Order: sequence, then structure tokens, then C-alpha cells
Amino acid sequence: MTISRQAFLRLSGFSFVVAVARKAIGAGARARWGMAVDAAKCLKRENCTKCIAACHQEHNVPSIPDRAHEVRWLWKEPFDHALAGQVDEYSALRAVPAMLLCNHCENPPCVRVCPTQATWKREDGIVAMDWHRCIGCRYCMAACPYGSRSFNFMDPRPYIHNANAQFPTRTKGVVEKCTFCSERLAVGRPPACVEACPEKALTFGNLNDPQSPLRQLLQARQHMRRRPELGTGPDVFYIA
Amino acid sequence: MFMFEKAVAGSRRYWLWIGALVLVLAIGFACYLRQLADGLMITGLSRDVTWGLYIAQFTFFVGVAASAVMVVLPYYLHNFKAFAKITILGEFLAIAAVVMCMLFIFVDMGQPTRVLNVLLYPTPHSMMFWDMISLGGYLTLNACIALVTLRAEREGAAPPRWIKPVILLSIPWAVSIHTVTAFLYSGLPGRPLWLTAILAPRFLASAFASGPALLILLCLLLGRLTGFSPGREAIQKLAIIVTYATVISVFFVLMEFFTAFYSQIPEHTESLRYMFFGLDGHARLAPWMWTSLLLAAASLVLLLAPRYRHNEKLLAVACGMVFFSLWIDKGIGLIVAAFVPSPLGAVSEYTPTLPELLIVVAIWAVGSLILTVLYKIALSVREGQMFSAAPPAGVKVLL
Repeated sequence: MTISRQAFLRLSGFSFVVAVARKAIGAGARARWGMAVDAAKCLKRENCTKCIAACHQEHNVPSIPDRAHEVRWLWKEPFDHALAGQVDEYSALRAVPAMLLCNHCENPPCVRVCPTQATWKREDGIVAMDWHRCIGCRYCMAACPYGSRSFNFMDPRPYIHNANAQFPTRTKGVVEKCTFCSERLAVGRPPACVEACPEKALTFGNLNDPQSPLRQLLQARQHMRRRPELGTGPDVFYIA
Repeated sequence: MFMFEKAVAGSRRYWLWIGALVLVLAIGFACYLRQLADGLMITGLSRDVTWGLYIAQFTFFVGVAASAVMVVLPYYLHNFKAFAKITILGEFLAIAAVVMCMLFIFVDMGQPTRVLNVLLYPTPHSMMFWDMISLGGYLTLNACIALVTLRAEREGAAPPRWIKPVILLSIPWAVSIHTVTAFLYSGLPGRPLWLTAILAPRFLASAFASGPALLILLCLLLGRLTGFSPGREAIQKLAIIVTYATVISVFFVLMEFFTAFYSQIPEHTESLRYMFFGLDGHARLAPWMWTSLLLAAASLVLLLAPRYRHNEKLLAVACGMVFFSLWIDKGIGLIVAAFVPSPLGAVSEYTPTLPELLIVVAIWAVGSLILTVLYKIALSVREGQMFSAAPPAGVKVLL
């Protein structure tokens, strides 16, 4: 195939304009997923773990009794551990439980350090993982300042009770974590934990859309993020 | 092939030693097969302390590998003739140490069969990618230099001219391997113990202390076993290098202490407190860290006083102390303690399990095996040639 210089230049120029336009339109329309956790609502049912159960059931997270080898995507931790330095000893929040998960950071250290790009940042802000590419070096676990990542120290399958056939199970030797339910978002459903909460304490939404309920909530209420001073830009917010 | 015939002709004692190493290796290999089947659950690692002895030993031996530059640089760059006999020993030590480093990384992988993904999906923003490049490059450089210079020596000829730039390149490359290794740790936002600009300089200082200390011990051992004589001047020059590097290394550690405990920022003091005093009643590392500190202090007394340093027996004791002190500091403490407390304030302790220890010992055995074979080759090539005569032609002065 031959192509004249004029045609080549015209085509290049056209492609360039299309690419720039796509990027510009895309940046405006693109979602950036985030979540807000309302501690007061969550506290209404102190022993409730429905969100954790829903998440772990949906994603075949093994229930390993040994704490050292535990795998968790979503869990409860008192505020003074979860947001250390932000709640002082006189705060009523100290012992209030906070739901912890991957923060889907804007600038995630785990993605920066991963030597195989087995974990990466999607255009919609989700920090995703490829469990087939992960070599199990656990560098991401050393890099995550939130302890949000779990490693499969053993074959997780014997510890999965009534597995969900719609979602993959993992193998030993790979790291895993919350995916913000990207598989549910793809079919227009909210994350499993959000759906499961009886108090509607978890608000999920698009941080790029000023009209989204999430943005409205953050505008109206005082909130905190975990370790904001590190510059990771967590997309999970805690409303006191 | 690489004068390998020299390695298969040895005394009974030589073969007994080789046999013992192979046995240790076999035991460790059996443990590794179990780890391969059951996963890293057979180690003492946990979700809080995710790196342990494997990665810590890797870190320490990168230092031993990098320290070859302490003989290469004076010999090739400054034509320091006294190192003529030991330069090749330093290079061979680097080769053995780099192979150990690679094995330590490999046994730490959760999915070892996928390890080539690091090259398949090269990721320049990951320090681990650069570590793989720098270690692989360093191994190639040293193997190439040692082979070419030793072969030339056997032929009684000067080494080819093209090896000079390769040797020159190996000097900054040695510094780079340990710098990149420090960067693995010092760029992580959530681990305050590592988040210090002095980590790379500290790694280099401790490397240039522990590596030459080991080289002195190896030279003295070879002297006893084979009649090889590195020359008093070479040993004493190495001793001075060890002395300076140990002083600088201890100085750097004290600087870390000052910044943490004078600023009193909790997260900067916690890991250090855990190392030396314990946190929440957990103090498993403390006896080790105090041993390391006391050995460093005692070795400095022996090294700084010329009277003691000139006595080869006391020098050997001092070198053993330096090596063991830094082995604890970098080969255990510095890596494990960064995970305590966890990002959520949990204090989980780490104790390596027996299979984990046996795997580590097996990797030492691999290193010793490589070192034995390479030293055997080097000494055999030089027998009759060098022990009686003057230093070989060598590479001419570079500068």
C-alpha cells in the first residue's frame, strides 16, 4: 500500500485531533469512584457485620481462623487505630468502629512499586488487580500505608464455604484486596457492602460529579481521610 | 569451560567439604519443595510482617556483593599493587553473594513460576525492576572481568584492552546495586523506619565494613588451609577500610537515633523502640539488637587501636564481630522492625520457622559452594605462578 505525503499528513492531523478530543471529553465524563462511611449510622448496630459477610461471600474471600494468615477485604477497626493521629484521647470517636477497605488512592504507592503491573489504577480511579500476573513478592503490602492488602499464605480454597461461582477464587501465593466491586459496577449495581448495609451507612458514588449523593454528603458533613499527609489521596472518607 | 577442570581435582578434605555443603543444600531444597507445595505459610511471616529473613538476608548479601569494589577500585583505579592477589578473591566473593541474593529473592516469591513477569512486563517505576537489572548486570560484569583476567593470568599475558572499560563500569555499578536496594525500602510512605534519606549511605557504609571483614577472614582461612598468602600489606589495608567503614556505619546509626528521639515524633521512634526496648511487652528483637550494638562497639576498640589491629589474631576476632554485628543489623533487624508496629498499630512479632531457617542455610551453602569452587580455580591457576613470584602483569594502571 502506498500513501502520499499529503494524505499521510492529513490522516496524522486528523488522528491527533480525535485523540485530544477523546481525552478532553473523557476527562470530563469519566467517573472517579469513592465512598463515604458514616460512623454514627454504623454504630447504631454495634455487632452488625452484614457488609463484611456480603463482601466476603461475593468475592470468595476465605475465612482463615489464624489471624497471622487472615485474608480480608473489608473489616472493622476502632477509629483510634484506623485514623491514628486524627482522633485524640478525649474524642468520643476513639472506640467507634470504622469500616476499613482499600482506599483506591488517587496516587497509590502499591501501584508505584508493583514490579509486574499486576496492580494498576483504572481510569475510573479503581485500583485493580490481576491475580494471574501477581508474582507474590508482597512489595505492595510493604508499600500500602493502610494495611489494606492480604496475601494468600496458603491455598485459600479449603477455607471458602459455599463459593460464589460467578467470581474467581484465588490461588496461594498472590496478594488480594477490595476491588470496589468493579464486576458489579460494570453491570450498573452498587458495591455489595453498600447494598448489604441495613443502616445505609456506606455511600458510594462518583467524586467527579458535583451532583452525586456522595459529593453532596461530603459537602454537608465534616469528614476525614486516612493519613492524608502521605499524599496518597484516599478516595474513602469517614464521616464522624 | 572456565578452567573448571581445576575444581574437580582436589584433596579428600576438599571433597568432604563439598559433600557437606551439598548435604545442607539438599535438606534446604527439601524444605523449599514443601514451601512450594504448601505456600509461605510454612514460614514465620504473617499479614503484618510480610518480609522476613529471606528479604533481610538478600539485603545483607547485596552489601557483601557491592563491597568487592573496595578491592577493585584501589587495585585497578589507583594501581594499588598490594591488592593484586586478593582482587580476584573479592570479585569471586561478589559473584557468590549476588547468586545468593537472587536465590533469596526467588524463595521469597509467592508464585515463583511467574518470576519472569518482571522482565515480561518491564515496569521502570518499580524499584524491584531496577534491582533485578542492577543485580543481573553486576553478576555479568564480575563474571566477565574475573574470567578474562584469570584466563590472561594463566596464559601469562596481559588481559585484553577492552576489559578496562568493563572494569571501570563495574565500580559505579557496585555502588548502584546497594543504592537501588536501599531505594526498595526508603521510598515507601508508610514505613517510617525506612523513610530516611540516609538509608542508601548507611547501606553502603555497612557493606564496606562487612564485606571486606569477610574477605579478611576468608584470606586468613585460605592461608591456613592452602598456604596462600595475601600479603600483610593487603590485609592491613583491608583492615583500615573495615575500620573507617565501621566507624561511618555506627555514626549513621547514631544519627538515625538522634533524629527520631530528639524530634520525638512517635512513628519515627516506634520501630527503633521495638528493636531495642520492645513495644507493648513484645521485645523479641531486643537481645539481637543489643548484641549487634555491643559487638560493633567492641570491634571498634580492636580496630581503632593500631596495636590490636596489627595483630592478625585480634584482627580476625574484630572482623568476625563486625560481620556478625552487621549481619544482625541488616540481615534481621532493619527489615523485620519496619513492619512493627503495623499500619494499624498492631505489634505482631516474627520468628522464622525451622524450614525457613533451613532454606536460608541452604542458600548460604550454595554461596559457600560457589565460593569454594571459584577460589579453588583461582588458587590452582596461580599455583607455582604467583605464590612464589611477583604479582602478575595485571591490567595496567587506568588513571
